[in-house]
Amino acid sequence: MPYIPHTPEDTARMLAAIGLDSIDELFDEIPPALRAEGFAGVPAGIDEAAAARLMQSRAAQDGRSLCFVGAGAYDHYIPAAVWDLAARGEFYSAYTPYQAEASQGTLQLIYEYQSMMCALTGMEVSNASLYDGATAFAEACLMAVRANRRAGRRRILVSRALSPVYRRVAETIVAGQDIELVELPLRDGRLDPDALPADAAGQYAALALQQPSYLGTLEDVDRLSDWAAAQGLLLIAVCNPLSLAVLKPPGEWGEAGADIACGEGQPLGIPLSSGGPYFGYIVSRERLVRQMPGRIVGRTVDVDGRPGFTLTLQAREQHIRRSKATSNICTNQGLMVTAATIYMSLLGAEGLQRTAAACHANTARLAARLAALDGVRIAFEPFFHEVVLQLDRPAAAVLAGLAERGIAAGVDLGDSYPELGPAILSCATEQRSDADIEVYAAALAEVLDSSEVA
Amino acid sequence: MSPEMPLREDLIFEQSAAGRGSPALAPASGEAPGLPPGLLRSVPAALPEVSELQVVRHYTRLSQLNYSIDTHFYPLGSCTMKYNPKVCNRLAMLPGFLGRHPLAPEADGQGVMACLYELQAMLAAVTGMQAFSLTPMAGAQGEFAGVAMIMAYHRSRGDHERREIIVPDAAHGTNPATATMCGCSVREIPTDADGDIDLPALRAAVGPQTAGIMLTNPSTLGVFERRIREVADIVHEAGGLLYYDGANLNAILGRALPGAMGFDVIHVNLHKTFSTPHGGGGPGSGAVGVGRRLEPFLPLPIVGRENGRYRWLGEAERPQSIGRLSAFMGNTGILLRAYVYMRLLGAEGMRRVADYATLNANYLMHRLREAGFRLAYPARRASHEFIVTLKDLHRETGVTAMDVAKALLDRGFHAPTTYFPLLVPECLLIEPTETESPETLDAFAEALAEIRELARSDPEQLRRAPLSTPVRRLDDVRAARQLDLAWRPAD
Repeated sequence: MPYIPHTPEDTARMLAAIGLDSIDELFDEIPPALRAEGFAGVPAGIDEAAAARLMQSRAAQDGRSLCFVGAGAYDHYIPAAVWDLAARGEFYSAYTPYQAEASQGTLQLIYEYQSMMCALTGMEVSNASLYDGATAFAEACLMAVRANRRAGRRRILVSRALSPVYRRVAETIVAGQDIELVELPLRDGRLDPDALPADAAGQYAALALQQPSYLGTLEDVDRLSDWAAAQGLLLIAVCNPLSLAVLKPPGEWGEAGADIACGEGQPLGIPLSSGGPYFGYIVSRERLVRQMPGRIVGRTVDVDGRPGFTLTLQAREQHIRRSKATSNICTNQGLMVTAATIYMSLLGAEGLQRTAAACHANTARLAARLAALDGVRIAFEPFFHEVVLQLDRPAAAVLAGLAERGIAAGVDLGDSYPELGPAILSCATEQRSDADIEVYAAALAEVLDSSEVA
Repeated sequence: MSPEMPLREDLIFEQSAAGRGSPALAPASGEAPGLPPGLLRSVPAALPEVSELQVVRHYTRLSQLNYSIDTHFYPLGSCTMKYNPKVCNRLAMLPGFLGRHPLAPEADGQGVMACLYELQAMLAAVTGMQAFSLTPMAGAQGEFAGVAMIMAYHRSRGDHERREIIVPDAAHGTNPATATMCGCSVREIPTDADGDIDLPALRAAVGPQTAGIMLTNPSTLGVFERRIREVADIVHEAGGLLYYDGANLNAILGRALPGAMGFDVIHVNLHKTFSTPHGGGGPGSGAVGVGRRLEPFLPLPIVGRENGRYRWLGEAERPQSIGRLSAFMGNTGILLRAYVYMRLLGAEGMRRVADYATLNANYLMHRLREAGFRLAYPARRASHEFIVTLKDLHRETGVTAMDVAKALLDRGFHAPTTYFPLLVPECLLIEPTETESPETLDAFAEALAEIRELARSDPEQLRRAPLSTPVRRLDDVRAARQLDLAWRPAD
């Protein structure tokens, strides 16, 4: 029996001990009308070799195109040591460290993770992770509203250059709590400073912006941070953590810095894997720590005075506070945090900086090469490691033509940003070579010349 | 005992030396011309500077400070800590799956989408529901999706007054926390002496304000809710819907279908019943299933199939959806692990899951009863887990459930869940799972019996436990009062 160790003699001995004749009797409290006998529509079991053949044939159909897509998930190189270590059974098959004495490995690792995220973002406290970047943004919005509870402010100003998917997910999650996300318009792919409401003070809980923005552009974060502080708004910064090896960390924006920062942890050693599992990070100022959702690890001492680690500030959480908890989250993305902590340790600040810089340089090369083609122009500069390319043909048809040529060229911005006209968002990480960029350029030239995209 | 455990390991930051690193792991050049100087970082982040070998040794040693399923019996009640087959991890991490960008063309993802499509169908079959969405990334997010769908359903009918969610007093904390997140108020109802829902109290609680009820069956008390059809009728007649928290599905897989019990919506913890890893606290996966009337509200995206090709169904196809819960498609890699597990077991293998999980729980319960332990629900059959209450032992010796839990760590066992459910004093919630051998259960029962003897002869010794773990009992008060949540470089 797969994964069940019982011999027929074991089963007989155990049933006899309980005083039963059959396993069926173990279920005699289930009313007869509710009893099921197996399942319709589930195939018979297969052995491990057959499962391997099946999955190898499925995997062989996938992931073959040359990847120039970013938009929230990025194709970075992952050193071999990352997943060799993270997949160790002692990490992989442990659970939430409720029994601290038996979980010091996971707890110390999370403490190190929290320390690294604080160092990278210039903030003071981090939790042990959230599900992904989108839900981290939703939790940041809820956190900002809780911090404004006394003033009763439940509206948040959100840049239109903040990921449209993050905004949609946040709306789904905050919808039931009477919280409103108010969109701020863009000029040249960045938040339009003239559109900041003059009467924001007292009206809004926070201003939320993304750096680099979803469109790859760079916001004037010092000025926006100072504006939010002057209006008495919290500032929520959504940042790609890898970019912070190069870009000014949110803790240092303007005079006061951001209050909450969050984002997608995937660039830190997590495979693309068709969308997950990734992890969301969230960090904040220390004064907001009691509004933080999810697990937090603290360093303390044991009864002998030796340093040790434990879950702390649990009075915020659902298993204690129930309906009054800061969030319903209980699990986080522990295994992904394990990988990210190992990744950051391996690369260090310098390795992250070189990786981030190489992504920027490659994307700049890609953009220049593509913009040399007729009918392609760079929409906004400067950009970090993603670029908006405006086309003179329908974007969907161009992307389809490139897909047929084995290139995942980017994201069609038509649905989310129709004001840009036909436009795509492309990205070249450090993994893309000059030859890859030439392949993209040649294919795009061919597609634009062909009759498929008239 | 784990005498081989390393006792402590310095922080990775404390092993750092300026200028050390692993240069082969990143591109050679660090030039980023063209970025405005005012937007750049001025001082490098204070990350450790260590060699690859230091990293490998450090995290290997940290891993050895953990108890895990691979190293220890881990009978953590309500968490279903069963063996996570190695092959599920291996096959979910094949290069084609790992390297695929979530927004790559659908033509480039037919392999993964075929697996997800079949997983949707298999989950529907094993729960008796009509349709599934795989996007929720944990049980708590599945709960959120479920309650949000219930609310969307009432709104779609113009029924705006239904804003109250009923939960039993034994429910997981996530249930009331979820209801609050969905903008609902929470009404708790009591449990009777045998662990079933108090039906008169339920009848008194329902009304035109009732949006629904959230239930786990078997319940968190480790017993099957025998009058579930009556519960369903009471709630449905009042206009509410029933939400099934799939935390305990392992107990009934193949023996009873939540759909047949009258539930309208369900979430399944794939990291419990379908053996995906717990990973030191996630990632989980909380796929949601519904009956016909809630299908339009399922969270997006969903995998559809047309003319032999798989495609994502989004807002255009499902305009009434509650929306998206993740940036992409939930925890896809976890879904692949669950898919492989279900294919390996097949229909017959999954049926045996409940059979042997229940056999192991009832056998261990019998052993402990024989050894003189008091059961919280002695007249009931155990489901896949059961509750021992140590209130007598506590009264007699002053030893607490916490002391017993810590003494188990010294004997090489992870502790059961303690102090949950909250309504049973000094409780241990014990879930052995089907993948444990009777020898392990016998050894665990003997260890508990020995600890109980020690409680009587030398309670002081138990209050000092654990003694063999890398640290002993930690000062939680200090942790919360003198917050130390991150290492910082010395100034």
